[in-house]
Amino acid sequence: MSDNMTKEIIEEEITPPAEPGFWKESWYQLTRNRAAMAGLIIISVFTLMAIFAPLAAPEDPLEQTIPARLTAPFTDGYILGTDDLGRDLLSRIIYGGRISLIIGVVSVSISLALGGVLGLVAGYFGGWVDRVIMRVIDIMLAFPYILLTIVIVAILGPSLMNAMVAIGISQMPRYARVLRASVMGEREQDYVLAERSLGTNNFELMFHTILPNALAPTMVQATLGVGEAILSSAGLSFLGLGAQPPTPEWGLMIASSKQFITSAWWVVTLPGIAILLAVLGFNLLGDGLRDILDPRLRD
Amino acid sequence: MTDELLGIDNLSVSFHTRRGVVKAVRNLNLNIREGETLALVGESGCGKSVTAHAITRLVPMPPGVIESGIIRFRGTDLLSLPEKDMRSLRGSKISMIFQEPMTSLNPVFTIGAQIAEVFITHEKLGKKEAFTRAVELLDLVKIPDPAKRAKSYPHQLSGGMRQRAMIAMALASPEPGLMIADEPTTALDVTIQAQILQLLSELKERVGMALLLITHDMGVVAETADRVAVMYAGRKVEDAPVEELFANPRHPYTAGLLGCQCSAPSNQNAARLTSINGSVPDLLTLGEGCPFANRCDNVKSECMESFPDSSMAGEEHEFSCHNPISGSGASS
Repeated sequence: MSDNMTKEIIEEEITPPAEPGFWKESWYQLTRNRAAMAGLIIISVFTLMAIFAPLAAPEDPLEQTIPARLTAPFTDGYILGTDDLGRDLLSRIIYGGRISLIIGVVSVSISLALGGVLGLVAGYFGGWVDRVIMRVIDIMLAFPYILLTIVIVAILGPSLMNAMVAIGISQMPRYARVLRASVMGEREQDYVLAERSLGTNNFELMFHTILPNALAPTMVQATLGVGEAILSSAGLSFLGLGAQPPTPEWGLMIASSKQFITSAWWVVTLPGIAILLAVLGFNLLGDGLRDILDPRLRD
Repeated sequence: MTDELLGIDNLSVSFHTRRGVVKAVRNLNLNIREGETLALVGESGCGKSVTAHAITRLVPMPPGVIESGIIRFRGTDLLSLPEKDMRSLRGSKISMIFQEPMTSLNPVFTIGAQIAEVFITHEKLGKKEAFTRAVELLDLVKIPDPAKRAKSYPHQLSGGMRQRAMIAMALASPEPGLMIADEPTTALDVTIQAQILQLLSELKERVGMALLLITHDMGVVAETADRVAVMYAGRKVEDAPVEELFANPRHPYTAGLLGCQCSAPSNQNAARLTSINGSVPDLLTLGEGCPFANRCDNVKSECMESFPDSSMAGEEHEFSCHNPISGSGASS
């Protein structure tokens, strides 16, 4: 067979048209998923509000106007009313979003970094390495999540930073487990053997070959985890172990005004709704990402 | 052997499983010369792939154990080489192509990036230069419009194209010495099979490498190989130049394999193809005798007791059988 002839025949093989790049394609998929889009919009609104808080907030979140205390929403120019010290609730919620987003992202980053490396190493090497790491993880999982967090905060001392560390550490086991499971699945794939046969070392195989393939479930978990971290930090602040007054933190806002729940519903309800929306946004986006980030689920 | 590229002496590989010890490869001797195509033939589970993986030291250990043997590659013993040196040999001087082009490429990287990766690992090239080299290789394996294809993900390519990309990846080295092709065409349809084999032969000439072709398809063997080694249940039973083996098989198993082909002389006017009776023995319970004894038409009592030493029929024709088919050429 001559060169030209071979080439002609190959030309007849099905040659699919070039497709757009990975990110363009992902974006397209995302726009078609309504729930994920709703989540993304909610998160975007909160993020924008957080970034431009000084511009978006009508008042200083810490400024007290005692005569205007517990003003109902939509009266006297207070869109969402005021709390028991006369602070503008809308401004506090906007500034609170800043703190909550930072907590969510930082604590998930901490747990991703810790749990991710542990899970990757355990799943890749298997054997006794896996057994040791996973038993430690099992012990951590045996503690009730909130108890573990409280213990860590109690050791480190109550502050916002320590709350993030505590949430990061106590969320870490789930990332380790999820990533380990997917790494174990990928490890046996042909392309890993193929790449090993090309002289790739363990480190590259782990982080460069396997990790991107095994990451999709963990990314979903992480997106959901941001929502949960926001919820946990609100819980910690509610218990007085996270943010300290007068920081405008959503959980703390609920805690400090809980005695007004019967007389002024908005001071408790509105920060609660903010928490709900933020967590919902991350959950919707997380679910959508699961379908989108996996190239094998594409046509 | 003057120009030996790869020499395997007395290689035994076992797998220690919960059910017992599986002797996947037993006392295997094999030689590949520079620039030669050796076909390793046998049915599923006969130890072909394990042999290939042993050469590149990719047998999973545990449960795999290399019980004995020496694997020489250009004079160095691969089995005693430190892992680091072995790694730099893999993909540069010994490379592999796998059976399943559908799953042997990393789904999250473009094929260009994956081929470039080999250059980056072994030659420490920069990203841009490596990618340019990758595109050149894709052109070499006759992928149309290589610059564009290099930016494709594996799932956007057809099976034949992926296998070409795999071959390009295996070629991504300055001096490939040996390419191991582990059933490279099994997963492809027949027209693409022919193209891939054609391509492999062409590249082999062009690059001057040796090819270890693992297959169970005698048709593929006839088309591409210079020499054939037949394996059965972990043992090499016959080893000969390809014309000699097809014309003059001495081991009953080889004759049986050839008899299964539609084009075999004995089948020319037959209504049904001949087949080998029985099935492959369980590798867990294999005794000392010839593993083929329970299916062999020419079985004698000593076949049950010991595995025959290898005998020579002519200069390069080696076989292991107590009661071989006479050298006249008649196969049944």
